[in-house]
Amino acid sequence: MNILDIIGKEQLREIPKFNVGDTVKVHVKVVEGKRERIQIFEGVVLKRQNGGIQETFTVRKISYGVGVERTFPLHSPRIDQIEVIRKGKVRRARLYYLRDRIGKAAKVKEKM
Amino acid sequence: MKKAIIGRKLGMTQIFNEEGQLIPVTVIEAGPCKVVQIKNDEVEGYKAVQLGYKQVKESKITKPIKGHFEKFNVDYMKILREFRLDDTSDLEVGQEIKADVFADGDKIDVTGTTKGKGFAGVIKRHGQSTGPMAHGSKYHRSPGSMGGSSSPSRVRKGKKLPGHMGNVKVTVQNLEVVKVDLDRNLLLVKGAVPGIRGSLVTIKDTVKNSK
Repeated sequence: MNILDIIGKEQLREIPKFNVGDTVKVHVKVVEGKRERIQIFEGVVLKRQNGGIQETFTVRKISYGVGVERTFPLHSPRIDQIEVIRKGKVRRARLYYLRDRIGKAAKVKEKM
Repeated sequence: MKKAIIGRKLGMTQIFNEEGQLIPVTVIEAGPCKVVQIKNDEVEGYKAVQLGYKQVKESKITKPIKGHFEKFNVDYMKILREFRLDDTSDLEVGQEIKADVFADGDKIDVTGTTKGKGFAGVIKRHGQSTGPMAHGSKYHRSPGSMGGSSSPSRVRKGKKLPGHMGNVKVTVQNLEVVKVDLDRNLLLVKGAVPGIRGSLVTIKDTVKNSK
């Protein structure tokens, strides 16, 4: 096995299974001065990119009427926890179409 | 310069530091090297150490080089490199030099041979900008004016022109050692290092004044 893969593998963390279209709560560690607290970012997973230690995922939410997208490195130690709230039923790997929709049209169907 | 080692670039990846920041790193397989010869003021007139890297079979080296190794009674090595050092007193011939000569947080200079780009134009080679590609323009990727016709009536020295690019020896200064892995002889260096994967690099402590 490639030594680069091994270095990456050592840093991988246990991540709950989630897919594109799922609604997740990402618990992010935020450092304010010297204090550290946890901030929650909740939204729909828009995409997952790359693999191994390089893998990232993007979460989209509507905050005060404005769409906000945040991309996290999947294996970042800054992420305290990822909670899967709802499984989504989607037919795309990248849900960019959600950006053009508002209100009820921007909803992802739940996977039963 | 106080310490040096020969290594091989393995490639780039990324790691998280303690604060959770993502750091791009180049993984270098550093050593193990062996001290082949120590040069001193009395005999050679300067202080230096000659390091050998990658042990090889006897059949893989030439007779004159073989004599050199036998003179100092060390194993046959594929690569020999010399480094001028301030102090060679704590080194001895045959001593093994491993990645642990460097520690986490050290600043280093890495020398390697850059990727060859072949015969390149001025846009790729010197970073000049392109001319307009449309609207009747016939000036696309040319090197620009060669100079005035009556004065200076010649091409100025150093005029940037197309030519061979890459495949030259380049040193990147003041890189940070993020992690030293002694078990696998690895150095993880922040940032990029010249050369293709598997190419030979030499690592020295930096000439920059880092505080």
